Amino acid sequence: MSDDILTLKGVYTDIAQYHILADLDLNVPRGGVTMLLGRNGVGKTTTLRTIMGLWAAKKGQITLDGTDLTALPTSDRARLGIGYVPEDMGIFTDLTVAENMILAAAGGGLDAKRMEWIFGAFPALRTFWTSEAGNLSGGQKQMLAIARAMAEERQLYLIDEPTKGLAPAIVSTMAGALRDLKKQGASILLVEQNFAVAKALGDTAAVMDDGRVIWTGEMAELANDADLQERLMGLSMETL
Amino acid sequence: MINILLSGDRPRSMLLSALLLVILIALALAPFLFPGVRSLETAARICIFIVLVASYDLMLGYTGIVSFAHTMFFGLGAYGVALASTHMGRGFDALLVGSVLGALAAAVLAFAIGLFSLRVRAIFFAMITLAVASAVAVLVSQMSQITGGEDGLNYLTPRELTPAFRFGEAFGVKLNGRLLAYYLVFTACLALFLMLLRVVNSPFGRVLKAIRENDFRAEAIGYRVVAYRTMATCLSAAVAALAGSIFAIWLRYVGPDTTLSFSIMLDILLMVVIGGMGTMYGAVIGATIFVLAQNYLQTLMGTASEATSALPLIPELLSPDRWLLWLGVLFVLSVYFFPTGIVGRLRGVR
Repeated sequence: MSDDILTLKGVYTDIAQYHILADLDLNVPRGGVTMLLGRNGVGKTTTLRTIMGLWAAKKGQITLDGTDLTALPTSDRARLGIGYVPEDMGIFTDLTVAENMILAAAGGGLDAKRMEWIFGAFPALRTFWTSEAGNLSGGQKQMLAIARAMAEERQLYLIDEPTKGLAPAIVSTMAGALRDLKKQGASILLVEQNFAVAKALGDTAAVMDDGRVIWTGEMAELANDADLQERLMGLSMETL
Repeated sequence: MINILLSGDRPRSMLLSALLLVILIALALAPFLFPGVRSLETAARICIFIVLVASYDLMLGYTGIVSFAHTMFFGLGAYGVALASTHMGRGFDALLVGSVLGALAAAVLAFAIGLFSLRVRAIFFAMITLAVASAVAVLVSQMSQITGGEDGLNYLTPRELTPAFRFGEAFGVKLNGRLLAYYLVFTACLALFLMLLRVVNSPFGRVLKAIRENDFRAEAIGYRVVAYRTMATCLSAAVAALAGSIFAIWLRYVGPDTTLSFSIMLDILLMVVIGGMGTMYGAVIGATIFVLAQNYLQTLMGTASEATSALPLIPELLSPDRWLLWLGVLFVLSVYFFPTGIVGRLRGVR
């Protein structure tokens, strides 16, 4: 078995007439956080959606721990153990917090010990457990979206900009929860624009441009090299 | 006990609880509270339409599927009982066989439509169901040797369910087979409604609600949307067929106009919208108000017209011939004042 939990080889994805991903190669190591970075519109969200099968890859191969995902429907990919948190959170606002969480558990039951851990990370979810998710604040909705992915142990977590538009206090809560998840040995592919969060959480990084990965390496190396950042992304991450 | 019966889905509004209780008591005691053929007919129709509308709400309100084929499933159940009673002779076995076969046929047809159509966009699915329902209605009208064509079928139900079967008197009401038939209708409809309530409050129902809200997201957390939608369509169709069977048992006649017409489909849609989509209890409120209006609005308007005969213009406006106009006005007002349906509004105010 390879050290990579997820591998994308020569992946092409088109959305309507637009070629969004072109010959994308990406390896996500088992255990740890891989940051997927790049300017707006380079295909980061499309990469995550293609991994989930929400956009079909026109060409190329996607494998999760040796299993070829390319031809599988989205639901089967999720059942194989991919927890996906989309940019728009994707919670079910008509359902209660409890119902949202239960839906995320494949067996229909939540593990009490794991729930204690989730409540420790996001105490607001315990408070609003029986409330409709639509009544939560933006930050609480984001907490629920991540908590839902964490409801069960997954092989891989795909998380798209979890701190976008959130207040600093909530960003800190979110980062703390992701750090906890990382400590448990989870494999995470994270799209994040907040440099402080990216620097604190990332072990490795992949920088995208024009629909392909143009650089991979240690996050620390990228974080400490402003010239490299300027060259890869056209700006220093400190300005993000 | 009540919580178990309602599957934990309480009305969540004092006024709604009171309304539901009044409807339940009125329907349970209808033969004694409102003696007379017409009132019993209305009560039975309310019971049957509650189930029919609730089964449609399972599709529209809980799963977000717009279908125009619901009366087709209703008709399949009704014709199942009619054909079984015609060919097997009067008897409870014919009613049972007809009901089961009707429900099975509806489920199989729903499965076929579902597999072919649920992958397409909602509007195309709605169009396909409309086409299939129209085709079946025409087929039933044309195959007169089997279905009786436009004239429909008259058949005999077990003697125990007919007015000729008499067994005494209670509270001034003659106890006969018609009373037994009413309680068969009432009990079967109550059981089916409680079953639907159980379904929408089960883990299966939870997934349906998630699909209604965001099918891509439901897929992304591991649920096969097409499979769930197909299952919901089949279940909804089977229950609609059972409602049709009950209707046929009560009516002892089936015809295209009474079970397959598009106007029934429109009535169902109105009842769901008036009551409140995705609530189940909306079916109870919507069906009760609509059937009562259908049956008594004309009478009420006749009385009002006579009472105001001395006034100019008003008696003309309240003429019983204009009952459909007022029914339309009532519908527009209910949509305007209760955009989430009566149940949604009542739950909102607590």
